[in-house]
Amino acid sequence: MVATPASPPAPALRPLVGFLLILVALLGLWEGYKLLGQSTGGTIPFTDVNLPVRTDDRSLPHIWEIVGSILAPAQRGSEEPLGLVLARASFVTFREALAGFAAGSTIGILLGLAFVRSPLVERGLMPWVIASQLIPLLAIAPMVVLWAGRYRLPLWIAVAVIAALLSFFPVTVNTVRGLRSPSPTSVEMLRSFAASPTQELRKLRIPASLPYLFTALKVAAGASVIGTLVGELPSGLPDGLGRQLLTFSYYYGSGPEKLFAAVLFSVLLGVVFVALVGLVERLVIPPARRVQS
Amino acid sequence: MTTVVTIKGVDKVFPSRKGADTVALRGIDIEVASGEFVSLLGPSGCGKSTLLRIIGDLLPPTSGQVVVNGKTPAEARRDRDYGMVFQQATLLDWRRVLANIELPLEVAGQAPAERERRAREMLDLVELNEFADHFPWQLSGGMQQRVAIARALTLQPELLLMDEPFGALDEMTRERMQMELMRIWQQTANTVIFVTHSIPEAVFLSTRVVVMSPRPGRIVGVVEIDLPQPRQFETREEPRFFEKLVDVREMLRGAEE
Ligand SMILES: Nc1ncnc2c1ncn2[C@@H]1O[C@H](COP(=O)(O)OP(=O)(O)OP(=O)(O)O)[C@@H](O)[C@H]1O
Ligand SMILES: [Mg+2]
Repeated sequence: MVATPASPPAPALRPLVGFLLILVALLGLWEGYKLLGQSTGGTIPFTDVNLPVRTDDRSLPHIWEIVGSILAPAQRGSEEPLGLVLARASFVTFREALAGFAAGSTIGILLGLAFVRSPLVERGLMPWVIASQLIPLLAIAPMVVLWAGRYRLPLWIAVAVIAALLSFFPVTVNTVRGLRSPSPTSVEMLRSFAASPTQELRKLRIPASLPYLFTALKVAAGASVIGTLVGELPSGLPDGLGRQLLTFSYYYGSGPEKLFAAVLFSVLLGVVFVALVGLVERLVIPPARRVQS
Repeated sequence: MTTVVTIKGVDKVFPSRKGADTVALRGIDIEVASGEFVSLLGPSGCGKSTLLRIIGDLLPPTSGQVVVNGKTPAEARRDRDYGMVFQQATLLDWRRVLANIELPLEVAGQAPAERERRAREMLDLVELNEFADHFPWQLSGGMQQRVAIARALTLQPELLLMDEPFGALDEMTRERMQMELMRIWQQTANTVIFVTHSIPEAVFLSTRVVVMSPRPGRIVGVVEIDLPQPRQFETREEPRFFEKLVDVREMLRGAEE
């Protein structure tokens, strides 16, 4: 444990201050890079090697243009700012991602428990679990959407299935790792007073696995957002962020800053989701254990 | 005096795939009477931990017989006749000290109020009452080990099995813990089987020292330690103590030839 000196800012605000500093630095880099490119005509200074990313306003819009587009009306003749449209789309995507995340995590935890209970099940299923992660997502997404259509399931379920497919894997792997984390001596300690296998699980293995589980849940939260976005593209769901990304990439030429704005919202959605999981983690695991593992 | 543990002709072989099986124990015979403090002493790898785990039903013997309180080790474990202390304290770091000591009582299905009463009693015994609400990682190594001893004693087991419980402690803490253990042993009148590879530790604590040979582990002999009870700090400075040290050391050396 590291002692924190009692100087401002308050410890609770420190991560926020760090975050803001880095944000400012990134924004500075962005604009600095543009400035550099414009002063040299797009090459690395003192050479005639082109900069890796073009710096014109189409390839790399100014920050204020992106922010401006978020505040400006989304379409001509409409009052609604783009930001509001994107926020609404984000919420739709979030709901789908949440459903996929919940399903994926539940499956992941159950698989993890089954694997630890029975090495036979683990040896039989593990190759398939790994194979499931090697399926090209772009290929399977339209298929899942088609299947959902066949059975007249709502489209958002198809999207959630894809999100679940991405998010169950880290949860499975880390649940197994976490449940196996107690030392053999700890297990012997419990057996010495005749703890049953269920008691061993409840009193030792599950509590020991929580830090591992939450690490996985954070990864799964991010993965479920990615899965949802990819799933939304072929599904034709009109309300989610995936559709917005698609639309703005069509019209990139006339308004690149709008695509950047949509990308920004996608990233923010992932960040917020991961942060929410982190919040739950703080409630579940006492601080001292978080530091240790 | 009643016999608590009888071990007859116990062998332990760890099979290995390459055919080079490890013979960890060969022909072990020991009897331990109620209230005794018996140390298993021998060089590293001679099978002390293996023997202790066979007695405690954490490992089956390859052949031979173990009887604990007239039962098989499996029955004795089910009846919660054992308290075990290992080299690592193995405290659960998400539980406070008191809750750690309550763990065996919880597993045994006792009521919360009774659990707490008993756990506090044990905390008294190891003199750590002020630390009931601390987390394990807030305690020193010696204190953690005292908590582990308290936990092992909560169910009032017949037999206390200790595997190098002080092995990870510095010399000074170790001697303090030995005094502490002597006091606890006097108070609880437990039967103790204690694994160590420290000769002075074995001589200071034990009523009998069982000396084992390097692998395959056999018993080379037993040294009765008839130093006066209760053992005190001054015990270590008595000429009789040194004589016993020499006896044990020579028996150990004889075993290596
Ligand atoms: N699970 C196991 N599988 C295979 N071999 C084992 C196993 N446990 C112990 N052994 C072997 O049995 C022998 C005795 O081991 P044991 O741990 O009982 O020794 P020890 O006397 O306790 O040693 P130390 O003083 O170092 O703790 C060693 O040679 C060890 O390699
Ligand atoms: Mg050992």
